[in-house]
Amino acid sequence: MGNKKHIIGYNTYILVWLSLLALTAITVSIAGIHLGDYTLLIAMFIAAIKSALVINIFMHIKFDEPIFKVFLALSGFTLLIIFVLTFFDFIYR
Amino acid sequence: MNHNTIVGNEYNHTIEHVHRDDVGAKMGMWLFLFTEVLLFGGMFLTYAVYRYQYSEQFRLAAMELNTGIGTLNTVILLTSSLTVALSIAAIQKKNKFLSILMLSVTVVFALMFLVNKYFEWMAKINHGIFPASEELLGRPNGQILFFGLYYVMTGLHGLHVLIGVIVLLFMLYFLIKNDITLDNYTKLENAGLYWHLVDLIWIFLFPLFYLIQ
Repeated sequence: MGNKKHIIGYNTYILVWLSLLALTAITVSIAGIHLGDYTLLIAMFIAAIKSALVINIFMHIKFDEPIFKVFLALSGFTLLIIFVLTFFDFIYR
Repeated sequence: MNHNTIVGNEYNHTIEHVHRDDVGAKMGMWLFLFTEVLLFGGMFLTYAVYRYQYSEQFRLAAMELNTGIGTLNTVILLTSSLTVALSIAAIQKKNKFLSILMLSVTVVFALMFLVNKYFEWMAKINHGIFPASEELLGRPNGQILFFGLYYVMTGLHGLHVLIGVIVLLFMLYFLIKNDITLDNYTKLENAGLYWHLVDLIWIFLFPLFYLIQ
């Protein structure tokens, strides 16, 4: 059972952590520049990259059972539908 | 495999196998995490609609939040995510001491986060900004909504951090008691998954509340 597991080394985790800190520094400094409407877009883009790092490496999903990826995609898709439908209703009301 | 016990003196080769399904346990954890995603998802949806409707008021209200303390808490949570991941890697490499150390550090970071949150909230409350306060009710709707969402979302997130502390302390106990071992650490992995989710939610809360210019 245990010998099939993929083990991630300490260095990989530390590298991911450093990337996460760097992305945080970037998102904070960008918020200081006046970019108008793009600020939110860039902040959400960086948050998405950070999430991908956490989910893939820290949460191990990249190396886990494929069914967990299906779960993840399904919940993300559900959220997307809820957001799109709500805004569709809200904007064209 | 210290749970496997040989039973029956009369039948020498009768071995009782402990039933364990690691994949099933993890699947259950992931399913639980999705209910969490939807719980917070509903709040993010509310936030999105009101921010769209009252973008100027949200901007004004958000400028009152302390970006420094928000950034500090981001760094704390990201680092605690690293230490819990290292704790799992350590037990996989048979390093029980490092695993215990990293898990303890994670708990300390989690408590630091809560202490910062306490000071942040108290500063706001001392300025008279809390739900249904006179000061807040005298402001436009958008700002009332912003601070309402701020308290509810960071509050629910803080509650998750607190529950995380309790869960991690249990894991620490199991680790010390050898209930979590090199070939049986799914409990620790699941606790780690929960902790990473708490981190993930903060990754979105942070720019949405503290980084509006």
